[in-house]
Amino acid sequence: MSSNINNQIICVEKISKFFGSFQALKDVSLSVNIGQRIVICGPSGSGKSTLIRCINGLEQQQGGKIIVDGIVLNDSLDSLTKIKSRVGMVFQQFNLFPHLSVMDNLTLGPMRSKKLSKIDAEALAMKYLERVRIPEQASKFPSQLSGGQQQRVAIARSLCMEPAIMLFDEPTSALDPEMIKEVLDVMSELANDGMTMICVTHETGFARGVADTMVFMDGGEIVETAEPEKFFTKPETRRCQDFLDKILHH
Amino acid sequence: MKKMYLFIALAFILAGCSGNWGWYVVNPTTEGGFVNLKFLMSGLYYTILTSLVAIAISILIGLVVALPALSKNKYLRGINRFYVEIVRAIPILVLILWVYYGLPQVAGITIDVFWAGVIALALSDSAFEAEIFRAGIQSVDKGQYEASHTISLNYIDTMRFVILPQAIRRVLPALGNQLVYMLKMSSLVSVIGMEELTRKANELVVTEYRPLEVYTILVLEYLILILLVSAAVRRLEKKMNTGN
Repeated sequence: MSSNINNQIICVEKISKFFGSFQALKDVSLSVNIGQRIVICGPSGSGKSTLIRCINGLEQQQGGKIIVDGIVLNDSLDSLTKIKSRVGMVFQQFNLFPHLSVMDNLTLGPMRSKKLSKIDAEALAMKYLERVRIPEQASKFPSQLSGGQQQRVAIARSLCMEPAIMLFDEPTSALDPEMIKEVLDVMSELANDGMTMICVTHETGFARGVADTMVFMDGGEIVETAEPEKFFTKPETRRCQDFLDKILHH
Repeated sequence: MKKMYLFIALAFILAGCSGNWGWYVVNPTTEGGFVNLKFLMSGLYYTILTSLVAIAISILIGLVVALPALSKNKYLRGINRFYVEIVRAIPILVLILWVYYGLPQVAGITIDVFWAGVIALALSDSAFEAEIFRAGIQSVDKGQYEASHTISLNYIDTMRFVILPQAIRRVLPALGNQLVYMLKMSSLVSVIGMEELTRKANELVVTEYRPLEVYTILVLEYLILILLVSAAVRRLEKKMNTGN
């Protein structure tokens, strides 16, 4: 992948990751530019989630190097703290805090780690709740919301930290079909506003419409990287072709 | 519940009919009986105070001891295991005696009956509290830590605002159990002379020579106290669940 160094915000160089004797990542390299929108797909167990979890330090890689926004991710708490504050993440299972209201879910991060006052944090939270189009749910608890609404709250919670990069780990996989669109719409809007994004998803419509780069992973390796049009119509590798056949034709 | 009250009432009626009982010692309508009854109940203050202070301290120690158990560091986990195994192995009565008679000599301090009792009860209960908290914290989903990570919370904030509020809600029934257990165990501090319910009963038995009646009242005192506490704990549980 060619990339302008000045524009580069994430640089992953030859990282590996083992879970016991199982190798989840094998010398994976990935470069992301500011504003780039990458969709990663591939069969389950191919290392997609592990890769993006390494980028924000949720998993520690063995070997290789990760640089996020100029900060080298290493064992020091300081580098991890800095990287955490620049990278937002949305999970398949939402992971909202069930004992806190929507508003408190959103303000906790800004108030505790950015030391914002309650008033400022609430203003920030309302701004992002409006952006994900559920300002009226601010006082409710997560369990009172639908899955799609919960995931939008989770997106807003990440945005409240004003990250430079957003990671999405299969954000629509746990949702009922009729709720997938509302979440994808919010993600598309975010992309249009210029957010740098890496999404692990199998939503091909979203990938075609929003991604500028498709990454196909299999067996812990990046097998193919291409523009969406080329990726979906003329995949180069056999493995990628087989995978697309399975997910595109039922 | 109703059956139990009936049973107690029946026991009283039958007891009154029997010639072996001498209810006069605690008959509130006579002056002597009233004074005795008041004397028995005057221990309530120390029973409640000892139990509350001890449970508060043991919850704090339990929490501090539980946290290293969740660490990835095996030495920290070792400290937790060591504490829990040792403290759990000492009988409460033995610990009370040791803290009151032994600790002042070892540490070169003076310790009064109240604090000796409280410290011994708190220590011995703390191992159980630690295990309860460990189970509660471990029951909170891993995703909650990951979400806290992504909003840049540090370890203390993650515990304080995300994990512990959920864990404590889940272990509330078990904590209530420990409070009841503590109220009962507090009777053991009578051996070092703390003026709580059991001690008062023992003193009255010595002067009145009517152990059957006095100890029956003692049983009822604990029974009523603990039933009230159980009801309060259950109400608290309900209240905390509605907020969820």
